[in-house]
Amino acid sequence: MTTMLEVSDLGHTYGSGDTAYTAISDLSFTVETGELTCIVGPSGCGKSTLLRAIAGLHTPTGGTVRLKGETVAGVPEDLAVVFQDYSRSLFPWLTVRDNVEFPLRSRGVSADDRASRAAEALEWVGLGKAGKKYPWQLSGGMQQRVSIARALACRPSLLLMDEPFASVDAQTRFELEDLLLRVRRELNATVLLVTHDIDESVYLGDRVLVLSKPPATVVAELPVDLPPVRDQITTRESDAFVSLRSEVARLLHGKEPATRSAPQVTSEAAGTGDQGVHVADGGTPKGQRTVTAPKNRRNGAGGKGRKKHMKTKKKRGVTVQRPR
Amino acid sequence: MSEQPRRRALGFLERWLVFAGAVVVWEIVTRISDSVFFPPPSKIVQFCAELWFVAEPTQLFLADTVYEDILPSLARALGGWLITAVVGISLGLALGRSRIAYEYLNPLVTFLRSVPPPALIPVFMVAFGIGAQMQIATIVFGALWPVLLNSVDGARSVDRVKTDTARSFRISRTEWIRMVVFPAALPKIFAGLRTSLAISLILMVMSELVSSNHGIGYRIQLSQNTFSFDTMWAWLVLLGALGYLLNNALLALERRMLGWQPKREAAPATAKAGG
Ligand SMILES: Nc1ncnc2c1ncn2[C@@H]1O[C@H](COP(=O)(O)OP(=O)(O)O)[C@@H](O)[C@H]1O
Ligand SMILES: [Mg+2]
Repeated sequence: MTTMLEVSDLGHTYGSGDTAYTAISDLSFTVETGELTCIVGPSGCGKSTLLRAIAGLHTPTGGTVRLKGETVAGVPEDLAVVFQDYSRSLFPWLTVRDNVEFPLRSRGVSADDRASRAAEALEWVGLGKAGKKYPWQLSGGMQQRVSIARALACRPSLLLMDEPFASVDAQTRFELEDLLLRVRRELNATVLLVTHDIDESVYLGDRVLVLSKPPATVVAELPVDLPPVRDQITTRESDAFVSLRSEVARLLHGKEPATRSAPQVTSEAAGTGDQGVHVADGGTPKGQRTVTAPKNRRNGAGGKGRKKHMKTKKKRGVTVQRPR
Repeated sequence: MSEQPRRRALGFLERWLVFAGAVVVWEIVTRISDSVFFPPPSKIVQFCAELWFVAEPTQLFLADTVYEDILPSLARALGGWLITAVVGISLGLALGRSRIAYEYLNPLVTFLRSVPPPALIPVFMVAFGIGAQMQIATIVFGALWPVLLNSVDGARSVDRVKTDTARSFRISRTEWIRMVVFPAALPKIFAGLRTSLAISLILMVMSELVSSNHGIGYRIQLSQNTFSFDTMWAWLVLLGALGYLLNNALLALERRMLGWQPKREAAPATAKAGG
């Protein structure tokens, strides 16, 4: 497997002086080719800031982004973005088909090829017959399908999605999630998706990266050991899914002790004193697991002084990055 | 199926009922007062017919004055308006998308558009002499601002999600202007174009009143000077009719070009922003 995206020590500070606000800092991770990686973090933690830096829409104030080995400066050619706000991302004066064709015009694709590629992309998202309509004539979920088709028609090496399903109702969200899983399987696409929805990140991802509160860093990286073909009902009720989402929830909430039964994550000796995620299991009734906040050895205040030095600890495939 | 045409016919009747009523009242009042300055509409119509139509097939039954006064006047008004449209839209879109250019040029624009265009007629007379050039200059100077300012406004209305979308797809500059900025600004541009059209007609007449040897404005001036008030009224009616027809033609074009907009009855699905 080759590395598609390599983000190293990425940081971004908005403004300067007194009003400076550091949204993300020292973010590092990679995305392998063919992989669907989910980044999960609370609202306002800097997910869009991160994606905009990867897409070259703004220059990060620190660190580098490499796409297929090449440092990103400006918007890379080989990339497409699906935004959350589909109604504003689509162009209301263009028909659905023209919206999908639009980016291809600037890529010098001939009119015939544009038409066939747009038709093909619309077919992928199940909108083969809606080409002549205007976006406002479609439901929200269908509009987001159009923007997914538009991104896919460009055949990007990397598809970035910024909370793509956050603005649709729950039922439609399930449909769109399954659509994304099907399409990326058929096209073998590489996808980086950010979301604030824990369940969604686990359901969709091959791997989940958990972001901390701002300034955001990657606090954990969890491989998702779920079968490649997933189902909204059976997958979500499976033990593996439930325990993973608990894991993510604990990591997200940092210091708050969470209680949830997680049978297949067996207890492990707390071990060294600098253990970031303290797991106390077996001793508690109903197999409860207590997770305490990452402790900062120097000031003792959980998670406060995290900044520079990151230590990565591998443990049952769960990589926990934490300050020390 | 029959509902739609019937409603349209009713709307048409309603609209013209007020107009017809006004004409009838005007007819009665002018007949009773019997003033030479205010002829009844029926007489004005008669004069119109005599003034502009002849039994001459080679001239398409139109009198000489149609070719010597009306068409040249119209050509100047529409020519000036078209120049206004091209200059106003292109300059407006550029200013609307460039913060720096806007900040530099805004004071100048505000200053220039505060000058009443008729006050510049003498200046243009000195600069261009008496004739079409001076008239078109007056029209352009007066009619430019609504198009320009509306285009600026429209171009600025392109939201950040669209800017980001276009940038992330590496949309080329010409496609960006042609297929994003221009259509986004088009509703505003049309509002500006309609105002400009009205101003163009006004300034066309005004510049001809002041200095010309032909044209609609000149004819009005002449008939006033020779006390032929019936003729004067005929020309005034013509101006009203021209304004009405041109405005309607522009509205029809607008409806065609803005056909993509959601109809008022249809509720568009909108996304919540956030995250
Ligand atoms: N252009 C900006 N200028 C200043 N602050 C910004 C700007 N954009 C975002 N922020 C701030 O950065 C933080 C992260 O924003 P964002 O990346 O949009 O978060 P998310 O997408 O995770 O919800 C927020 O607190 C937001 O207020
Ligand atoms: Mg966001």
